[in-house]
Amino acid sequence: MDDTVRSEAGIPLEVSYGPEDLPASESIPPPGTFPFTRGNFPDGYRGRLWTFRQYSGFGTPEESNARYRYLLEQGGTGLSVALDLPTQCGYDSDHPDVEEEVGRVGVALDTLADVEILFDQIPLDAISTSFTINGTAAIILAFYVAAAEKRGVDRAKLRGTIQNDILKEYVSRGTWIWPPRPSLRLIADTIEFCAEEVPRFNAISVAGAHFRDAGANAVQEMAFTLMDGITYCDEVVARGRMTIDEFAPQVSFFFYTHGDFFEEIAKYRAGRRRWARIVRERYGAKDDRSCMFRVGCVAGGASLYAPQAHNNIVRVAYEALASVLGGVQSMFTAAWDEPFALPSEDSATLALRTQQVLASETGVSRVADPLGGSYYVEALTDEVEARVIEVMGDLEQRGGMVKAVEDGHLHRLIADEAFRVQQTVSSGERPIVGVNRFQTDEPTPEMEGYELDEAGRARQLERLVEVKSSRSAGDVAATLDALGKAAAQDDVNLMPLLVDCAQAYCTLGEMVDVLRGEWGEFVQPTVF
Amino acid sequence: MPVRVLVAKPGLDGHDRGAKLVARTLRDAGFEVVYLGIRQRPETIAAVAVQEDVRIVGLSILSGAHVGLTEKTAKALRDAGAGDVLLVVGGTIPKRDVARLEAAGAAAVYPTGTPLETLVESLQTLSAQIAAPS
Repeated sequence: MDDTVRSEAGIPLEVSYGPEDLPASESIPPPGTFPFTRGNFPDGYRGRLWTFRQYSGFGTPEESNARYRYLLEQGGTGLSVALDLPTQCGYDSDHPDVEEEVGRVGVALDTLADVEILFDQIPLDAISTSFTINGTAAIILAFYVAAAEKRGVDRAKLRGTIQNDILKEYVSRGTWIWPPRPSLRLIADTIEFCAEEVPRFNAISVAGAHFRDAGANAVQEMAFTLMDGITYCDEVVARGRMTIDEFAPQVSFFFYTHGDFFEEIAKYRAGRRRWARIVRERYGAKDDRSCMFRVGCVAGGASLYAPQAHNNIVRVAYEALASVLGGVQSMFTAAWDEPFALPSEDSATLALRTQQVLASETGVSRVADPLGGSYYVEALTDEVEARVIEVMGDLEQRGGMVKAVEDGHLHRLIADEAFRVQQTVSSGERPIVGVNRFQTDEPTPEMEGYELDEAGRARQLERLVEVKSSRSAGDVAATLDALGKAAAQDDVNLMPLLVDCAQAYCTLGEMVDVLRGEWGEFVQPTVF
Repeated sequence: MPVRVLVAKPGLDGHDRGAKLVARTLRDAGFEVVYLGIRQRPETIAAVAVQEDVRIVGLSILSGAHVGLTEKTAKALRDAGAGDVLLVVGGTIPKRDVARLEAAGAAAVYPTGTPLETLVESLQTLSAQIAAPS
C-alpha cells in the first residue's frame, strides 16, 4: 500500500522541509518585485487592505438595492452583484421558458430601468461593483455605463469588474450563449473598450473558481485559469490594436479557497509568479504592473457541508486566513448556511464579520507575505507551479483551451477528479468532520429553499411592459439594427453600439437575439 | 437487460457536478445511462426519453426551480406518450417540497446529501418494480 502523505491535489509531502528546499533567490525577491511570488505590493496589506466583497442579490432590483445599502452601512467596501439565470443566459423576464427562474438565484435585469433602481442612492464613483456575469457581460457593462452617465457620473470614474470569462462557462458553469469564436471577439471588444474608456474597471475576471467547484483540484484550477487568461490575451494582442501593457492591468482573476491550508497559500503564490512570467515572456510586457496577478477569491463553496452546518463558520475562517496569507486582493466569505439556504441577513453579516475579525484583530495584515521564506511554503509553491506548468503544457499541446472546450477534454478531466474526490469522501480516506468523522445525531438542517416572491416577479414583468411601451420604437429598431450589422463584421468594436442600445432601453433579450441571429448558439459536449 | 436511465438538467442551472457523479455511479452500478447535460427544455427531455426508449428519467435541479420544472417535464413526457416512464428528481430540495414533487409526478426524490448508495438502491428497487409489475 502507498503510504505517501499527499496534499489534496496529490502532491507528495515530506515529514519536514529544510534550507535545501528553498528556491533560488530570484524566484522570491521582496514583496512588490517581479515575479511577485511574495505579493504585488512592497507594503503588503498595510497600504491597502483586501476588499471585503460579499456576493449578494436576489429577487427584484428594489430588494437587492436594499441589501446592498445595508451591506455598505455595515462596513462592506465593495458590491458583488448576483444575477438571476435568465439574465445570465440572455433571456428577458417575460420569456416563456424561464418563468420559474426569474429573480431566483440573483436579481433580474431586463433593461436600463432595472439597473437604475439597483444602484439608486449608491455612489457609483466611490464604490466598486463586481458583476458575476459572463454570457451577457458586455450587455451588463453597457447598462452600467449608461446608468452611471444618466446620473452624471463619468464612465472614466467607474470601478469594478465584470467576470466576462466565457471559456469556463462552456465547461463548468453553463451560462453560455454563442459559440467560442464570436464570444472571444466580444470579450476582446470589452477589454479594448475598458482600456480606452473605463480605465478603472476590470474588463475580465478570469475565473478558476467554477472549475474548482465542479471538481477540479487546486493545481488544475490554477492551470486551467492561466490557460484561459492566455487565450483572452492572445485574442486581444492578435488584433494588433493594443499592446499588452495597454490592457493587462485591467485583467483580474478569481478562485475558490478550499480546505487544504498550505496548498491554497502555495496556489496563490505560484499563480502570481507564473502569470508574471507569462505576461513578460509571452507578450513582452515592459510595465511590471501588467505582470501583476490581481486576485479575488471565495472562501466556501464546495468545501462546505450541510451536516453539523455550524462547522462551516470555522472552515470559512481558516480558508479566509489561507487566502490572506496567499495575498489575495478581494474576498467573499460564504455564509455557513450556504449549502442549504440562501444566506439570511444574520449569516451574511457573520460571514462579513469573519473577515473583519481577521483584518482587525489577528494582526495578519501587519507584515507583507509573513510566510515568505518558510521552507515548506516555498517548496510547495515551487511544486504547485511545476505541476501547473505541466498541466498547461498538456493543454497547449492538445491545441489549446477552445479545442479542449469544444471536444469535451476539459469536461472529462474535471469529472474524473470530482469522481475521485467523491470516492475518497465515501471511503473516509478524506476526513470531513460531521460527514465521515465525528458524526452525531444532530439533525442536518432543513434545506430552506427560497420561495419566489410572486409579487416581485409580477412587478418585474409590469416594469418590462411599462418600459417597452414608453421607449421610442424608432430608437430601439435603429440601435438594434446597427448592432446586428456591426456583429456581422469582425473589425468593429460592439461596445459603443451596446451602450447605444442600453440608452434606447432595448432589453437584454433583444440584444442577445440580434447577436444570436448572427453568431448561432454553443452546443455543449455531454461528457460524464 | 440493463435498465436505461436518462439523466438531464432542465432549466438554466449549470451546476452539473452532482448530475455527472450520479450518471457515472449509475453506469458503474449496471444501468445504461444516457446523459443529456444541462439547459435542456422539458420537451427535449421527453423527446429523447422516447427516442432512446429509457425507463427512468432523472432530473437534477439546484436552482430552486424544481417544482415548476418537474411539473413541466412530467407533462412533456405524458404529451410524448411516455407517461409510463418513471420520473425521479434530485438536487437542493427542501423537505417541504418533496410532497409537491411527488404530486407533480416524481416517483422518488433525492435531496442533496442523499448517499449515492441509497440512490442506486432506490433506482434498483424501482427498476425491479417496472420489470415485474404486480
